[in-house]
Amino acid sequence: MENNLYWEQFKRSFAIVKKNIRIYYSKGPVIIFGLLVPFFLFLSFYIGRDMPAEAFIPGLLGMTAFFTATSVGPAIVPWEARAKTLERLISSPISIWTIFLGDVLSSFLFGALVSVFPIIVGLFIGVRIADPLILGLGLVLATFCFACFSILLSAYPPTDSPASVMMLSSMIKFPLVFISGIFIPIEELPVWGKTISSISPLTYFTDLARYSIQGNSHYPIELDLLILAAFAIIFLVTAIKIHERTMQKRL
Amino acid sequence: MAVDHISFKVKKGELFGFLGPNGAGKTTTIRMLTGVIKPDEGAASIFGYDILKEGLKTRQLTGIVPEMANAYVDLSAWNNLMLIGELYGVPKKQRQEIASRFLKEFGLYQRRRHLVKGFSRGMKQKLLLCMALINEPQILFLDEPTSGLDVESQRLIKDMIREFNKNGTTVFLTTHNMEEANQLCDRIAIINHGKIAAIDSPERLRSRSSGLQSIEVSFDKAISVEDLSKIHGVKEAKKTGDKIRLYVDESNVVLAKLVDFARSERLKIISLNTLAPTLEDVFLKLVKES
Repeated sequence: MENNLYWEQFKRSFAIVKKNIRIYYSKGPVIIFGLLVPFFLFLSFYIGRDMPAEAFIPGLLGMTAFFTATSVGPAIVPWEARAKTLERLISSPISIWTIFLGDVLSSFLFGALVSVFPIIVGLFIGVRIADPLILGLGLVLATFCFACFSILLSAYPPTDSPASVMMLSSMIKFPLVFISGIFIPIEELPVWGKTISSISPLTYFTDLARYSIQGNSHYPIELDLLILAAFAIIFLVTAIKIHERTMQKRL
Repeated sequence: MAVDHISFKVKKGELFGFLGPNGAGKTTTIRMLTGVIKPDEGAASIFGYDILKEGLKTRQLTGIVPEMANAYVDLSAWNNLMLIGELYGVPKKQRQEIASRFLKEFGLYQRRRHLVKGFSRGMKQKLLLCMALINEPQILFLDEPTSGLDVESQRLIKDMIREFNKNGTTVFLTTHNMEEANQLCDRIAIINHGKIAAIDSPERLRSRSSGLQSIEVSFDKAISVEDLSKIHGVKEAKKTGDKIRLYVDESNVVLAKLVDFARSERLKIISLNTLAPTLEDVFLKLVKES
């Protein structure tokens, strides 16, 4: 009976996924923005530096996965609180977990799908992927982790202003990019830099991507995978617990 | 405090009205019953299920038309219905069939592929009602369903509400429109400042309102209002145009005395009407008392 209830709620979270894709993710500007921001941000650092393609594709992939999986997720709840559609969802026979699992899954699908583009670009310019299995597994795990992070970004404060949430999330997301070994490999960072970079989930995905493409990693790949999974669980549980506590203030 | 220790029961299959002025606590009550907000204390159950402990079960049995229009404006009418159907776990074929049926009944079928952002208020309200019915609910919560609509849309929605109720759906309706409550409801609760002032059928509410019955009389000659107010049983006399309205407890007793009065004063009665209190009179009186 309990299992049936969980399965039924899991199935209903896909209704949220479909709704999010139709309303938020299928819009041209969102897709273009998801691709262009990481691409141009990366180019601004890459141009003028003599780097082989194998060295910059992992960073570009990391940024694309991170930015796309966290691009829309933080804005959904405040947007729907303002539009009074969140109230419609809450009054439906679905739990708060179901709503946010749907938000996470839609962010994950969007992030994973768009992240295929840098891989295609890499293959097109002759980059060889040494371990496609680890790259695929890492990409799935990382985009899921970043998608969980995206709902954490909107958890507090419980506002109905998407602009405020997006501003706050940019303030958190951009510094994370700079400390995650994207522009400077982790091995080249000083000890304090390595310590700071270890608190970012993006570090572990960039490390996995470097291993998959360049064949070397700073951390053991099992550790990268394990830490990404741990981050995903912590983000998901924490975000939903905070949303459960603050939901009344949004309605 | 929006709602203060209210207590009421709605019978299965009943069309129950929740009547009150703006800010009385009607929407707060409906939002608590539909699981949107949590009460600070107290308990409520729907079809035997506790709304707090078994919220998923109670919400599965309900359909809701909230006060604020909140269909997804960036989705089509059809996709809104499919979304809500899926959230209620209605199988695909069944939700398509129900959606088509209700869209046709509400005259929205031709516009089903259009985005809701292009819909008028009346169309949105009809769509919200379709969304509330997609799971064929056992109880329907309607929060001011006809507010701000044109007469034709109001009539259509009221007819549909009657129809669903006739087919066994329990309806919980909030409104500040006395006439609507009078036309639709089996029983009405009058709420003000978060407290229930009275619960009864519209007719009983009227009949039990002492002092609100009145007699309207006109004579062939001018007569002082003070003279009429001295008649035993008259609580208040007011001049209304060329007539005088007497507010009484028991109109039949006062009628006889009024005829005696006319005879003794050699007055000819031109017109004489007994007026039952309107629901609006009752409402205003109860709200004032509470």
